[in-house]
Amino acid sequence: MAAESARPDMPWTRRAWLGAAGAATLGAAGCARADGRLRFWAMGREGEVLAELLRDFERERPDIRVQVEQLPWSAAHEKLLTAFAGDATPDLAQMGNTWLPEMVALGALEPLDALVSGADGGSGGTSIDAQDYFGGIWDTNLIDGRLYGVPWYVDTRLLFYRRDLLTRAGFEAPPQDWPQWLQMMQGIKRVVGPDKFAVLLPLNEYDPLVALSLQQGEPLLRDGGRYGNFRGAGFRRTLDFYLSLYQQRLAPPASSNEIANVWNEFARGYFSFYITGPWNIGEFRRRLPAELQGAWATAPLPGPAGPGASIAGGSSLALFAKSRRKQDAWALVSYLSRPAVQQRFRELTGNLPPRRAAWEDAALKADVHSQAFRDQLERVRAVPKVPEWERIATELRVVLEQVIHGKLRAAETPSEMDRRADLILAKRRWMLDRTSTRRAAA
Amino acid sequence: MKKRQLAGWMFAGPALIAIAVFFVVPVAAALLMSLTDFDIYALADLRNLRFVGLDNYTALLANALFWQALWNTVIFVVLGVPLSIAASLGTALLLHSKFTRWQGFFRTALFAPVVTTLVAVAVVWRYLFHTRYGLLNHALGAFGVSPIDWLGDPAWAMPAIVVLSVWKNFGYNMVILLAALQAIPEDLYEAARLDGARRWALLRHITLPGLAPMLLVVGILTMAGHFQLFAEPYVMTQGGPAQRTVTVLYLMYEEGFKWWSLGSASAVAFILFVIMFAITLLQLHVSRRAGTT
Repeated sequence: MAAESARPDMPWTRRAWLGAAGAATLGAAGCARADGRLRFWAMGREGEVLAELLRDFERERPDIRVQVEQLPWSAAHEKLLTAFAGDATPDLAQMGNTWLPEMVALGALEPLDALVSGADGGSGGTSIDAQDYFGGIWDTNLIDGRLYGVPWYVDTRLLFYRRDLLTRAGFEAPPQDWPQWLQMMQGIKRVVGPDKFAVLLPLNEYDPLVALSLQQGEPLLRDGGRYGNFRGAGFRRTLDFYLSLYQQRLAPPASSNEIANVWNEFARGYFSFYITGPWNIGEFRRRLPAELQGAWATAPLPGPAGPGASIAGGSSLALFAKSRRKQDAWALVSYLSRPAVQQRFRELTGNLPPRRAAWEDAALKADVHSQAFRDQLERVRAVPKVPEWERIATELRVVLEQVIHGKLRAAETPSEMDRRADLILAKRRWMLDRTSTRRAAA
Repeated sequence: MKKRQLAGWMFAGPALIAIAVFFVVPVAAALLMSLTDFDIYALADLRNLRFVGLDNYTALLANALFWQALWNTVIFVVLGVPLSIAASLGTALLLHSKFTRWQGFFRTALFAPVVTTLVAVAVVWRYLFHTRYGLLNHALGAFGVSPIDWLGDPAWAMPAIVVLSVWKNFGYNMVILLAALQAIPEDLYEAARLDGARRWALLRHITLPGLAPMLLVVGILTMAGHFQLFAEPYVMTQGGPAQRTVTVLYLMYEEGFKWWSLGSASAVAFILFVIMFAITLLQLHVSRRAGTT
């Protein structure tokens, strides 16, 4: 079905290429077109609860029927790419906001600027007020100055910590800046002894390092995302601090695979600080023993000098360029962006809302563990908006692990990171240079 | 004569067409792709596709991670294949013995790991391998061996994967070898016993020669399977620690399906193919020479 409707500008050879890669079968899965129904792809838990939210929407707009297709997170990225290759993209989809640059590079997404500003007549009164959204989160959806997604929920990283152990070490409040934090970690290490640690920075995760790097206020890539900027003074400061935590044995040189169960270890006091995201609020409540429930808390991430920034993560809602029902899809995005609907969404999933109005909810205000996130969300920054970012971040992690295992000297780390990033960005540089020469010629 | 030829082609035709469509064409296309820099940008617009000749191959050969992956794979094959076949042969011999009771039960129990899901098994093994609470370190501790960080120590991660893989897969070869054992005629043993052969001589001069063709097949299949190690590191270590469990196939998966560098991923696939093809030829050659002497 999808195969016959090939655009004239898309030679069929592309399909042959993909067929060769064995990807055609995946793309073909998107053939199941719903007749007259709006196709909405959502991932994981969000996909499960959508039916609940959509009941009211369909009552409001009886002319629109929505078909939700659930994708598991692990397969979602691949499915989006193969759907694009097979001309089978849905009308709208939930999308990790770090995936947007890639989908924009593909030309798969519809710019939303006109729709948001309401200049585009038929949208029928939009409820999306850009000013109400947390700035850092909104920014992740802007690529080269154009808007390609509307934040649906947010995800950032901050400190989960053991209040009781911090008190035993002689500190009453969580840290505001790195020197305080370091002092507290050293204090905790003295209390818990040599076999235990103060902070968990798993060697197989890059998010904590990236979060602390974003605090420096220097871009992680330079020249419009052409080269890595890891030799910059800012990143070096973060790297030195980060490595010192392993050198002083405040952080175990371990990956989360070896920890096996982080909640058990947190309960045992194997580590007292853990940089992680909002989903762990629910997990900590469920998995920590009852006697520890009063003993853990969350706090915004400390920065080099005073409260620091963190990663602006989360999911956005995006419209596909190929959709023939953009107005209807936009109506659904507007509906899902209403503060009241977002509050309901939070109740169902525990996902934190991206706009301030939705945080005016009594239940959310009463939730002490979420309040640190409210505070942190005022200080979140986007990771570099290039399709190659995830691969670069993975290389940062790999290089860091080599340093911890003593296979690379700490002094060589920044240049090695730059070298790897520059290699990954080679094609991007070629593309950018080509477009600029073409523009100059025209 | 001509008519018979035609009939022959017509009989073989459907199979040949299937082979052409599902094997020759994709392989040729993948070979072509390995000569390009096909990636996410090329997916967006084919004008972004560059023909790069052998650049993917030279880049791979210059990539330390590729050599690391190849080395990791070789370690896995060298450790895993003999261990796995020895375990299969040993258990098959035990099961075949007349003195073994409850043969049906043991056969099922030993075959069970083959049919269990690796993902579920991985959860259990992650606990068995745990540095502080793991059963394995507990048992070693009884002999005074200090705890080993199985999945976290770069030196031990691959041996840990070997242990898991041998446990998971030996049952399959065991069943094949068991069938081959049962096919060795009993009168050979009887005759040998009349000639005064002891147990060891029976094994060496009757059982093993009788099994030789099957052992060769099992050896080639096991080796081919081991070169394609992917699932175990994928679920246990994600290639870590320090990339010591990144195998060639794992590298290909990351290049192709994680980073969408399909050109480079195809090049990895072809290098792996060439290596495996060469080793299988060598194995056949060696066994043929061993068979004639």
